[in-house]
Amino acid sequence: MTWVNDVIQGILLGGYYGIIACGLALMFGVMRIINLAHGDIAVLGAYLIYLLLEHWNVSPLIGLLPVLPVMLLLGYLLQRLVLQRSLRSGLLTPLLATFGLSIVIQNVLEQTFSPDVRSLGQDTGSLVTAAWKINSEISISALSTLIFGAAVLIFAGVQLFLSRTNAGRRMRATAEDPDTAELVGIDSRSVYAWATAVAVAIATVGGLALALRSSFFPYSGPDQLIFAFEAVVIGGLGSSLWGALLGGIVLGVAQTIGAQINPEYSILAGHIVFLVVLISPRGGLLTLRSARGARRALPTVTT
Amino acid sequence: MTAASQTSPTPTLAGARIQRWTPLSAGFTSGFGVLIIALAFVPVVMGASVVQDLTNLLTLVLMAVMWNALAGYAGLVSVGLQAYIGLGAYATVWFALHGVDPYVAMVLATLFCAVVSIPLSFIVLRFRGAQFAIGTWVVAEAIGIYVSFDNQLGAGTGTSLTQLYTYSPTHREHYTYWLTLTLTAFFVIAVFLLLRSRLGASLQAIRDDEGAASSVGVRVVAGKRILFILAAAGCGAAGAMTLANILFIEPTSIFSVNYSAFMIFMVLVGGLGTFEGPIIGAIILYFIQQQFGNDGTSYLIGLGATAIAFALFIPRGIWGLVEERTGVRFMPVGYRVRRRAPDSGVDP
Amino acid sequence: MTAARAAQSARPQLVIEQLTLRHGLLEAVRGVSLTVREGETIALVGANGAGKTTLLRGIAGAHRASAGTITFDGVDVTKLPGHRRVGMGIALVPEGRRLFANLTVEENLSVAIQRRRPGRWTIDSVIEAFPMLEPLRAQRAATLSGGEQQATAIGRALISNPRLLLLDELSLGLAPVAVEGVYSSLKSVIGEGSTVVLVDQDITRAATIADRVICMLEGRFVLEGARDELTREQITEAYFGLHRSAGAGT
Repeated sequence: MTWVNDVIQGILLGGYYGIIACGLALMFGVMRIINLAHGDIAVLGAYLIYLLLEHWNVSPLIGLLPVLPVMLLLGYLLQRLVLQRSLRSGLLTPLLATFGLSIVIQNVLEQTFSPDVRSLGQDTGSLVTAAWKINSEISISALSTLIFGAAVLIFAGVQLFLSRTNAGRRMRATAEDPDTAELVGIDSRSVYAWATAVAVAIATVGGLALALRSSFFPYSGPDQLIFAFEAVVIGGLGSSLWGALLGGIVLGVAQTIGAQINPEYSILAGHIVFLVVLISPRGGLLTLRSARGARRALPTVTT
Repeated sequence: MTAASQTSPTPTLAGARIQRWTPLSAGFTSGFGVLIIALAFVPVVMGASVVQDLTNLLTLVLMAVMWNALAGYAGLVSVGLQAYIGLGAYATVWFALHGVDPYVAMVLATLFCAVVSIPLSFIVLRFRGAQFAIGTWVVAEAIGIYVSFDNQLGAGTGTSLTQLYTYSPTHREHYTYWLTLTLTAFFVIAVFLLLRSRLGASLQAIRDDEGAASSVGVRVVAGKRILFILAAAGCGAAGAMTLANILFIEPTSIFSVNYSAFMIFMVLVGGLGTFEGPIIGAIILYFIQQQFGNDGTSYLIGLGATAIAFALFIPRGIWGLVEERTGVRFMPVGYRVRRRAPDSGVDP
Repeated sequence: MTAARAAQSARPQLVIEQLTLRHGLLEAVRGVSLTVREGETIALVGANGAGKTTLLRGIAGAHRASAGTITFDGVDVTKLPGHRRVGMGIALVPEGRRLFANLTVEENLSVAIQRRRPGRWTIDSVIEAFPMLEPLRAQRAATLSGGEQQATAIGRALISNPRLLLLDELSLGLAPVAVEGVYSSLKSVIGEGSTVVLVDQDITRAATIADRVICMLEGRFVLEGARDELTREQITEAYFGLHRSAGAGT
C-alpha cells in the first residue's frame, strides 16, 4: 500500500507547486506574459525571510508578514519600471527582459548570501517533524498539510477577489480586452501593476514553502519556474485559475511516484508527464487549447 | 559584383526599383568569403593561444547565429537550445566510444541533433511565445537528466573525449579549429541562403504577422520547423566544438541554461533579427569574457543588466541602430526598395 | 431647428485642430479640424475606410495622435490616456460593441464605475432605461443577442455620465427591429444636454437625430453643414467622392 502514501504525499506536494504556479498563471492570464524570473523572485522572498531570522531571530512564519508588503511593492515597481515598457515593444521583449532579470537576481543573491544551501525548516520548531501517523505506511506531515491548506486558501482568495470585487472584475476585463478597458475608464497599467504585485506576493509565500519543506540556494529559482510552468500547462494554461492547482497536484503525484521507482526519476517523471500532456490532443487537463484563441483569461472564475 | 547583380532576381514595382545587392553589400559578401579563407590560414601563421581564442569566438558566433535564426526570423525565443549543445557534445562522446574517429564523431553528432530535433519539433512547436521558451527548456532539462543516468557516458560526474588524445596537442588544436571554422561557416552560409530563398520571405511574413501569413497560404509551421532543425544542428555542432575545446564535460554544465543566457545576450546586444548582429554580439561577448570572465557573479550581473537594458531601450541592438541611422546593410538578405526619386532607401 | 440654434450659441466643448491619426504608414485621418459645441449632435458619415472610426477612437484616446491637438473643455487631452478622458467625460461606444464576453451584463456595467462622474446614470438607472437587460443581469455578455449587446455597450458608456458621447456604428449587425429600439431609447437617453458624435452607415437614420452632418472621405472632411441645409444629393456625392450626382438609388 505504499502507493497510497505516495499519492497522498504527491497531492500535498502539489499544494506547493500550486502556490508557485498561481502567480505565474495570474500574470499570464492578465498580461499574457510569462515572467521568467518568477522562480527567482520566490527565492528572493525566501532570502528576505531568512534575513529577518538571521538578524532579529524572527520565526519564518512571522517573518512572512513584513516581507509580503515589501514584495508587493517590489512587484508593483517591477511592472511599472520594467514590464510595462517591455509590453509595448512586442511579445518577445518581456521574455528577454525577465530572463535578464532572472540572471541578475540569482547572482545578486549569490553575492549577498553566498552560494550555500539553506533551509528554514529547523527554525519552525515542531512543525517540520510533526506528523499524523495513519498506519505503518501512511503518515501525513503537518507542514505539508499546512502548505496545502495555504494553497487552497490562496486560490480561493484570488478567485473571490476576481469574481466579487470591482478591482477583480476590472482585472478580468483588462485581461480580456485592454484597449476597451481603457475606454471604460480602467487604467490598464495600474491593473497590470497590481496583478504583478499580487503575483510576486504569492510567489513569496511559495518561496517560504520551499524554504520550509526543503532547501534553497541562489540558483533554486529556475527549477521552481519550470515546476510552476509545468503545473500551469498541465492544468490547462491559464484557461482556469484552479487548473494551476490541479496541475500542481498532478505534477506532485508524478514526482513522488517517480521517486518511488527510483529516487533519481522524481524530477524526470514530472517532465515526462508534462510532455505527455503536451502531446495529447487536448494539450492540458482543463483546456481546449484556449491559448490559441483570443485573449481569454481567467474565464472560469465567473461560473 | 556585376555577376552577382545579374544572377539575383530583381523584382520590379511601378515607380520603384527593388534592390537586393548594393555595391557595398556585394563587396562585403565577397569580403566574407575572403575572410573565411584568411581565417583558414590562421593556424599556419599564428600561435596556439590565438588559435584557441578564435575557436572559442567561432563557437560563440555559431551559437548566436543559431539562436538568432530561431528568435529573429521565426519569432521563437528559446531558453532550451542548450539541449542540443549538450546532446551534440554527448553524442560525440558516444560515437567516439563506438570506434568512430572523434572528428568524424563531431560531424555525426551534428547530424544526430538534427534528427533528434525532428520529433521534438512536433512537441515544442505547439507552443508559442513564452510557452515555447520554457517548453524547450523543460525538454533540455529532461534530456540532461536522462543523460546523467547513463553510466557509459560517465553519468552525473562527467566524461572526457579521451580519443582526442591520440592526436598531438598541436594537431588537435588545428583540427579542432578547422572543423569549428568549417561548421560555423557552413551554418552561417546556410542561414544566409535560407533567408534569401522563398522560405526567407515567408519567414519574415510569419515573424511580422503569423495569422496574416497563414491566411495568405504561407506554411507557417513548416517554415518554423526548418529553422528549428537547423538551429538544433548548429547548436549540436557548437556543443561538439565546445567538447573538443575543453575535452571534459558533465551534464549540469553542458546542459546549463547559462548557454541560453549567453546566446540571448549576444543577439540582443548585436541586433535581433539582423544578419550581422549576432556576429557582432559574439565578438562583444568574447571580449567581455576575456576582460571580466573571472569576476563570477559581478560579470553575470553585468550581462543580465545589459540584456535588460537592451531589451527595453535598444530592442534592435547595436546593428539595428547602425542600419537605422545609416541604411547600411552588409549582407544582402533583405530587399531594398529604392524610389526613382532621389530618396533614401526604405527596407521592406 | 431650434436645437441647432441653441447649440450654435453654446460654448465649444470639443476642439480638434489639424488632427492626424496613422495606422502604421497609412494616414487614416489627415489633419482634420472640428469644433463641437456643448449639446450638439453630430452625424459623421462616409464610406468604409473613410476614417470615421479612427477619428472617434482618436477622440476617446484609444488611438494616439500623430499630429494636431484635441482640446476638451479647454484642456489639452491629446496626450492623455483613454481612462483619464473617461474621467473628464468622454465615452465611446466602440464599433462591434466590444463587450467583455466573459463578464456578466452587470459586471460589464460595474467595471465602468471606477471613473464615474456624478450624474443620473448608475447601474440601476441604466437597466431601467434598457428594461430588456433586467432579466439578463447575471448572464455572460457572450450569450447576448446583438441588440442586447448594443444596449449593454451604450449603458456601459453612460455609466460614466459622459458629457461627450461617441457612438460608433450603432446599427451595424443589428436586426431592423433592434435598430429601431436602440435609436428610440437613444433619443430619450441623450436628450439631456450631453454632446453626441455619431457614426452610422445608415445616413438617413443618423441624420434624423443630428444637428449637423459631416461627411468624411479618405481621412478628410469633404462636406459639413447643418442637417437642414444639406440635400440628400450633396451627401451622396460627398459619400462616394463624386462631383456629379451619383444617380438614383441612395
